[in-house]
Amino acid sequence: MKNPLVALLVGILIGVGGLYFFLPYDPLSLGEGPVAVTVSPDGAVERASAGDTLRRVKQRGFLQCGVSQGLPGFSNPDERGNWSGIDVDFCRAIAAAIFGDGSKVRFRPLSAKDRFTALQSGEIDILSRNTTWTMSRDTQLGFDFVGVTYYDGQSFMVRKAAGIETVKDLAGGTICTETGTTTELNLADYFRSRGLGYKVLSFEKNDEAIVAYDRGRCDAYTTDASGLYAQRLKLTDPDANMVLTDIISKEPLGPAVRQGDPQWEDIARWTLNALLNAEELGVTSENIDEMLESDNPRIRRLLGREGAYGEAVGLGPDWAVHAIRAVGNYGEMFERNVGTETPLGIKRGLNALWNEGGVQYAPPVR
Amino acid sequence: MAMEDVTGRPPPKSVLPMSPIGWARRNLFSSPGNTILTLASLYILWLTIPPFLDFTIFSAVWTGTTREACLVPDAGACWPFVWANIDQFIYGRYPPSEIWRVNLTFALGAAVIIPMLIPGLPARKLNLVFLLIVYPLVALVLLAGDRPGLPPVPTSEWGGLLVTLVVAITGIVASLPLGVLLALGRRSDMPAIRMLSIIFIEFWRGVPLVTVLFMASVMLPLFLPEGFSPDNLLRCLVGVALFSSAYMAEVVRGGLQSIPAGQYEAARAVGLTYWQAMTQVVLPQALRHVIPGIVNTFIGLFKDTTLVLIVGLFDLLGQVRAQLSDPNWTVPQGALTGYIFAALVFWAFCFGMSQYSNFMERRLDTSRER
Amino acid sequence: MARGQGQKRGTATLNWYNPRVRSIFYQTVVLVSVIGIVWFFAATAQENLERLNISSGFGFLDTTAGFGIIQTLIPYSEQSSYGRAFLVGLLNTLVVAVIGIVLATLLGFFIGVARLSRNWLIAKLAAAYVEIMRNIPLLLHLFFWYFAVLRPLPGPDNSLTPFDGVYLNNRGLILPAPVFDASAAYFFASLALALAGSVFLIRWAKRRQIATGQLFPAWRTATGIVVLLPALVWLIAGRPFELEFAERDAFDYVGGMRLLPEFVALVLGLTLYTAAFIGEIVRAGIQSVSKGQIEAAAALGLKDSTTLRLVVIPQAMRLIIPPLTSQILNLTKNSSLAVAIAYPDLVAVFAGTVLNQTGQAIEVISLTMAVYLTLSLLTSLAMNWYNARIALKER
Repeated sequence: MKNPLVALLVGILIGVGGLYFFLPYDPLSLGEGPVAVTVSPDGAVERASAGDTLRRVKQRGFLQCGVSQGLPGFSNPDERGNWSGIDVDFCRAIAAAIFGDGSKVRFRPLSAKDRFTALQSGEIDILSRNTTWTMSRDTQLGFDFVGVTYYDGQSFMVRKAAGIETVKDLAGGTICTETGTTTELNLADYFRSRGLGYKVLSFEKNDEAIVAYDRGRCDAYTTDASGLYAQRLKLTDPDANMVLTDIISKEPLGPAVRQGDPQWEDIARWTLNALLNAEELGVTSENIDEMLESDNPRIRRLLGREGAYGEAVGLGPDWAVHAIRAVGNYGEMFERNVGTETPLGIKRGLNALWNEGGVQYAPPVR
Repeated sequence: MAMEDVTGRPPPKSVLPMSPIGWARRNLFSSPGNTILTLASLYILWLTIPPFLDFTIFSAVWTGTTREACLVPDAGACWPFVWANIDQFIYGRYPPSEIWRVNLTFALGAAVIIPMLIPGLPARKLNLVFLLIVYPLVALVLLAGDRPGLPPVPTSEWGGLLVTLVVAITGIVASLPLGVLLALGRRSDMPAIRMLSIIFIEFWRGVPLVTVLFMASVMLPLFLPEGFSPDNLLRCLVGVALFSSAYMAEVVRGGLQSIPAGQYEAARAVGLTYWQAMTQVVLPQALRHVIPGIVNTFIGLFKDTTLVLIVGLFDLLGQVRAQLSDPNWTVPQGALTGYIFAALVFWAFCFGMSQYSNFMERRLDTSRER
Repeated sequence: MARGQGQKRGTATLNWYNPRVRSIFYQTVVLVSVIGIVWFFAATAQENLERLNISSGFGFLDTTAGFGIIQTLIPYSEQSSYGRAFLVGLLNTLVVAVIGIVLATLLGFFIGVARLSRNWLIAKLAAAYVEIMRNIPLLLHLFFWYFAVLRPLPGPDNSLTPFDGVYLNNRGLILPAPVFDASAAYFFASLALALAGSVFLIRWAKRRQIATGQLFPAWRTATGIVVLLPALVWLIAGRPFELEFAERDAFDYVGGMRLLPEFVALVLGLTLYTAAFIGEIVRAGIQSVSKGQIEAAAALGLKDSTTLRLVVIPQAMRLIIPPLTSQILNLTKNSSLAVAIAYPDLVAVFAGTVLNQTGQAIEVISLTMAVYLTLSLLTSLAMNWYNARIALKER
């Protein structure tokens, strides 16, 4: 009876010693670090309220950004695990505005199912996941949208050989889509309001939906127009398929933050506006050093040479400078991720600036 | 029946050593029904095996560094896709400079688990203590970091085979003690405890793992006071552990039922308390009998880890699907290659474990024969 | 508890050494803690929901759904409510589960028996089947069968037409639908009557055989009744139903009855996967029957198949039923993976689409879990009743 008892005692001693020396201070903060619990220097654990996201982010040392599980052009990891995309760049801009360094951000891939609850529960600070801004999402789920990073719309991909020109020609057809998205709802609304019949196949993941479309199981594949261009790369013969020009819904894609923290909301909103204003004023990541010496009062205000706009939201005066240095202005962000030089090849269209034929219009920094 | 004198006659034909044709005639074509079955089986084999071998071996592309290598017409599986992403498949997005920590954890795990599996080695109790208490802590520190000398690696960057093994092993190790407690509770004399055990077991056995994972990962924060936000992987592990503890409880209960009541009664008669009787007399015998059952539960859990993609964790299959949307490697046969690779890896692990389970079963059977 | 000399009788002493006192104490502690924990979670959830401004309650079940479903066994349209969508999903799950269970059990028995066959090729093939199917995750099975089913099928333009009005293409197997009028009630009534009658006939014939030893071709007579009686009624009532043939429109066929490739793939995947497990269970059960039984049956001159049917399997059932129950439950729960291949089962429709549209995670998930829990408990009860019926009566 002695040896097993000794073994047990030794094991417990090692275990307790391990617990004491090896566990982090807060037993619930494994890995990611606590989101809404802070430890003050004397060791007291306080529960933070929603109002100090900025303080928590600064204390943590990085931004927690919720993104998709892989959507080329918006948030996509490469084979070495580096993320790229418009949504990713936006989070980098915010991180740069806060920390001066656009790399102080951790990306958390979320499915369509758990994206909202992740934001509600505080696991992520901002949801930058090609999410459509709708009234129900803005009012019933406890968060606010801070702007539109990409004006998108739902469209359809069809085979060129089928001779379909408009969405109405799809009446009676079978349409593949991803489940749990506004895509399904819009589809139903469109066909129902015109009294047209259709059949829908809702897959859990877009990967299977696109393969089913490729095999001929459905006559059309629908998602946001930006997604269509990305998914087209996966077809066996991309050139045999085309994206219809009809857009059947408004899909303003934008980032969202939790309600109840006006300062954080302002930071996110005005970072986006800063990038848009930068493009309007011709400030790019390449010429920003010269622009710092500019006499243009609008540029001076944007880049913090005049006024205390950054301080008003709890950031330094160089908040916009860091953001633009990290990701460029909105136009650069767009062209680098989804522009005509990329495999997606999307034109600016609605996403051009207001004075260039699009609807991107940012309020001025003044 | 009169007896005949058969001396001098040649022996009957069936005693002669079997030639291949004779063997075939006896085993494969012994009756019309058997003949039809044999021919049907051969036809099915003909339909399935050659195309599979052709796709995976003969027409497959084996070398290359970009997707163009796989875009040749009539190409089979695109193995360069697998080689290029093999790090992702095993480690997920773990920082490449810290991968030595994962390898060290795997090595330590093998060193702790394998001696447990080989029957007849000494110091089992010490080994068990190491397995259940020391190793999890050490693995946690190694993998998560956040110590001087070990930079932190958040669990959202773990992926691939690492996540599969972490979820499966933690699920089993955590569910063992809980399952034993539940099984004992279900056989208890106290009605309240029996009721609660039964409710717990039937509840977790009756709901799909998909909803359990979703509830654990997505809804758990809603059930906790504001400010408590445990790590996503931790929540998932809690859900998986509770789920598999119900199955483990049933397996252990089967083992307990197979031990005659006399053992417990004799132990009590000698003066042991309930807990002493259980831990020193009944449970050692019962658990030895249900090792095959435990391994089977582990195999099931290992395959069920594919569901964690729903809650945003990338296990091996999830990582394969994630890499499929990388435009650098988009080829038409990419999906099939990736899935076949994942299937082979899962098959290798599960087959190995089921062979071990068979080995243990045979050993227990022979050891019980007198 | 035996009472020795000098012990008081009657009132139990209220001290720690009394096992009953300890037992009641432990139970009270456990009950109070469990109730306390549940209360704590419920209260916190309520508080969090209010704080985060998330709607709660089951009122959403009356709201218009707004989305379509490809397989609906009851009438459903985009204007139906979420509650109706729930029922559609539930029925789809039940259909898959029932058909899957029946097929998997049949195939499982076949595989189990084949494993022990004297035909070397069959035995090895069955063993290989079990080892391959068991060790690959179900999700991969589903993907494989879905795309394997879709691959050989042509588009609607080139449908295979084995018979008139029957079309096979990658949108499904389209058959003419029967259109019933009022007199079809007689047809179905006669069918039910014939089935009930054959059940009684078979039981009577068995009782007669046990009592007097006389054989009666009960099964053949029963089959005859089930086929002939409704056919007779059908002829007399003047062919009460006609067939509605499917018509071709721009994309596909409309009308008629349709068997979806998603449904077929799901049933195939679930059946083949679960049959591997059931095969092992059946094999273990058959091997547990003592060899003496088989030798005795052979000595009596029974054929192999008769021995299997009348001697081995009934005894093996006792070992087979409990693990078989587990596998049946697993099949029902595994059908929740249907959303990966776009089959609209309960989880796909309700815990997928409806959950995302309404955002009410707690209500939707609890309802889904409650449904699966009910199905599991009902199945367990039914199988336990059967188990008790065939159990060995021990003294």
